[in-house]
Amino acid sequence: MLNENLIGLVRRVLAPIDFPLLWILGALLGYAFVVQLSASNDAPARINSHILNLCVALAVMWLIANVSPTRLLNLAVPLYVVGVLLLVATALFGDISKGARRWLSLGMLRVQPSEIMKIAMPMMLAWYFHQREEALRVRDYLVAGVLLIIPVALIVRQPDLGTAILVIAAGFYVIFFAGLPWKFILGMVAAAAAAAPFAWSMLHDYQRQRILTLIDPEADPLGKGFHIIQSTIAVGSGGIFGKGWLNGTQAHLEFLPERHTDFVLAVLSEEFGLLGISVLIVLYALLIGRGLLIASSASTMFSRLLAGSITLTFFTYAFVNMGMVTGILPVVGVPLPFVSYGGTALVTLSLGVGILMSVQRGRQFVQT
Amino acid sequence: MKPHEFRPPEQELARFRGRLAVAVGVVLLAFVVIAGRFFYLQVVRHDYYHTRAEDNRITLLPIVPNRGLIADRNGRSFARNFSAYTLEITPSRVRDVEETIDAVSQLIEIQPRDRKRFRKLLDESKNFESLPIRTRLSDEEVAKFVAQRYRFPGVDVKARLFRQYPEEQLASHVVGYIGRINTKELESIEESEDQANYRGTEHIGKTGLEQSYERELHGETGYEQVEVDAGGRALRLLSRTAPVPGNNLFLTLDGKLQAVAERAFGTRRGALVAIEPSTGGILAMVSSPTFDPNLFVDGIDPQNWDLLNNSPDHPLINRALNGAYPPGSTFKPFMALGALFSGKRTADQAIADPGYFDFGGHRFRDDKAGGHGTVDMVKSIVVSCDTYYYRLANDWGIDGIASFMAQLGFGSRTGVDLGGESTGILPSPEWKRKRFKKPEQQKWYAGETVSIGIGQGYNAYTPIQLAHATAVVANNGVVFKPHLVRYIEDVKTGEKRIVEPQPVRRIPFRPEHLDTVRRGMIGVNQSGTGARAFAGAGYVSAGKTGTAQLFSLKGGTYREGSVGERLRDHALFIAFAPADEPKIALAVLVENGGFGATSAAPIARQVLDYYLLGKLPAGAAAEDEDASDAQ
Repeated sequence: MLNENLIGLVRRVLAPIDFPLLWILGALLGYAFVVQLSASNDAPARINSHILNLCVALAVMWLIANVSPTRLLNLAVPLYVVGVLLLVATALFGDISKGARRWLSLGMLRVQPSEIMKIAMPMMLAWYFHQREEALRVRDYLVAGVLLIIPVALIVRQPDLGTAILVIAAGFYVIFFAGLPWKFILGMVAAAAAAAPFAWSMLHDYQRQRILTLIDPEADPLGKGFHIIQSTIAVGSGGIFGKGWLNGTQAHLEFLPERHTDFVLAVLSEEFGLLGISVLIVLYALLIGRGLLIASSASTMFSRLLAGSITLTFFTYAFVNMGMVTGILPVVGVPLPFVSYGGTALVTLSLGVGILMSVQRGRQFVQT
Repeated sequence: MKPHEFRPPEQELARFRGRLAVAVGVVLLAFVVIAGRFFYLQVVRHDYYHTRAEDNRITLLPIVPNRGLIADRNGRSFARNFSAYTLEITPSRVRDVEETIDAVSQLIEIQPRDRKRFRKLLDESKNFESLPIRTRLSDEEVAKFVAQRYRFPGVDVKARLFRQYPEEQLASHVVGYIGRINTKELESIEESEDQANYRGTEHIGKTGLEQSYERELHGETGYEQVEVDAGGRALRLLSRTAPVPGNNLFLTLDGKLQAVAERAFGTRRGALVAIEPSTGGILAMVSSPTFDPNLFVDGIDPQNWDLLNNSPDHPLINRALNGAYPPGSTFKPFMALGALFSGKRTADQAIADPGYFDFGGHRFRDDKAGGHGTVDMVKSIVVSCDTYYYRLANDWGIDGIASFMAQLGFGSRTGVDLGGESTGILPSPEWKRKRFKKPEQQKWYAGETVSIGIGQGYNAYTPIQLAHATAVVANNGVVFKPHLVRYIEDVKTGEKRIVEPQPVRRIPFRPEHLDTVRRGMIGVNQSGTGARAFAGAGYVSAGKTGTAQLFSLKGGTYREGSVGERLRDHALFIAFAPADEPKIALAVLVENGGFGATSAAPIARQVLDYYLLGKLPAGAAAEDEDASDAQ
């Protein structure tokens, strides 16, 4: 009796889980944990809080995986509206830290509303296209564009370029998967190129500086260029096989700034070399592959667009962070997904994985 | 665009999958680009980044070697090192130097003198060096500061080796001193490519043996390879190359003899050089007055500097090497020897001395009115007969005199192992041509040769040249280069490099020539001008007094005390003893001392008494015991 109950409980617990996704995620988190042990070697307390973050993230993933795609569809509009309102509130009453207004105090709780948008944005746009599935018109893409621009504009103003890029990407992927005609895409690219000088003048000084630094980091080796120079030295000195775990001199002698957060990839490259990087890239490729497979077999327009967008967001995180650490993209605050230390990003990403699992499960329900 | 576009689900799905395929393509392409970038950094440019990472991580810290010690022939220490704490400020790490000193002075006593010295160092140094504000902190002061260190960034207590000259004033011109390296010395270090060996070295020999044996004393700088973090803090020692300590110098100098000689001068200005004739080893070298070299080690304070540098007695000048004085009558034995050697005179050839020598319408007077009667060579030395030497010089001629005196080392540097030696002046027609510009001044007049004969005129020699020539005579014409270092000890291997006394050359004097001159000089100390000073000596010595005129009396009578003290004649004395087998040869000069017989000869007596008999002058015994206690 008891045994059957127990088996039933386990079944219920495991029911929403997509095992291929879980294995890939498990491998990624395990690998990341080993790297994090080295990167946070000087601060053992951080390892404990990293473990706590992992537990919370996996719990969130499981909870969301239990939510059906239909309920997610219903949650899309309220979540988006709340997100935008919070962003407006942040712009008006947010706390200023390090020259940016990103955080909002809600009594006991301090939240970063832009983080909510990373999920709310693709949900909202997927909801919209889902509503218009039967009769999609050009106007619908414009409406989607407006829905995208409003929160992005608020985030850029904070300023938080890293998050803005991720939110734009998430939104754009939905529009792209919804079938945005190619001529529009090409037109946008042309327009973006034409608007570049104008955009340059809109950037904050520190943002411009980051781009200039990317072009010539040695111009200011102790100031703005320090991050890039030191991280490329760490990466390059790792060689093919790396210096070995805990043996990274750049990391452990404090030449690497932000080595447990945005620049954790430099630690991995230095200690595990090109071999370690290859493993990481393969794991990301598997994760993205599985995500796109789930999207491809999803049963509804909403779940398909949402799954596709979220999966490509993972890719965006990984690509931007890797480009930044190796000095081919400017330094923007984008963490290495599932590897960098930091609870917020980890929870948001796991939420995304939970949605993928939910979508996968929703398909099974429809089929059976 | 069509207003209503109807798309069946299948077509829609196919389109979505098409887009997915595009996405897969973009993702793969992006990952290939990223992987390519990693390949470029980690494989293609690995060597470059590997070097940069190593450069980041490893720093070489110099370890300054211990400077070699200096001790006299009996092992008495004249320069040594001791470890002490200093309080140092790194100006570049301090916002306001004066403010910092004020704050520190609340805790540790800082004299106005220390501030002045610090300001002087600050002017001379580069900003990133740390400079001492206080030296020789007591343990209590160190503890007090360390407890409050956090309040003073850029201020540190450092343990350092200090140079100390335990004998202070004694032989300070010989030992010299070290001081902080200045810009000019830094440039010469850079030129000599010794730069690596001087990384971390802050002091360098400035004068004396400290300067001339800088290479031996300095040693080889060692290195620590240290791993540092981004903040430059040393974390881990990777490897260590031990420094090689500098070599120790053991001198021919006898500290006790030096002390006796210096005491004999008292407050008088002058110089003494005593040489062991059989080796050329210098037994004592005095330049009076002296100074305390310890004042210079950490940068002398301006007040003391003014005192030393502007004193009319010029205590910083080494008179024994650097001062050139007319030799006066001490020149006569050398003239006599030359006359025998060149065949211009025989020992027995005598003159009738009327008390003057007339030449070219000018009367050259002897000091003794009426003359010395019949004078042969021995007597000419004993009574210091001027007329004999006026005539000799005139007969011999300036070229002959100059070439003979050059063999004895007059007019050229002896090559002693100290810097700052003067050449002196050995007068000759050639010298005069070079020295003067106007044609009428360049001509050599035969009358000038006459006064050369008695050591006046253009003659000017350093005390060491005089002592050296005396030693050559004492040593029967075998010339040794005067030297101060007896052997150099390699601290690491214990090997002793002995400075072998190598005869530079041998002047082929006949024994009877030497004997004649020796008899004359013995006569000086027995019955001549040196007899009073050497009365009752327990050994036979050979000597010669001299008085160098500074002031032309124009026919008047010279009376001591009637002219200003600084215009009085210089008193000179040369001697060697025991006369038959000389162990010591010396030259004494007392500036403005008047007669050689009364002021210079007694100093020589005290030195010879101590060296040959171990006899200390009255009143010196107590100090000698103190000195032996200190050892």
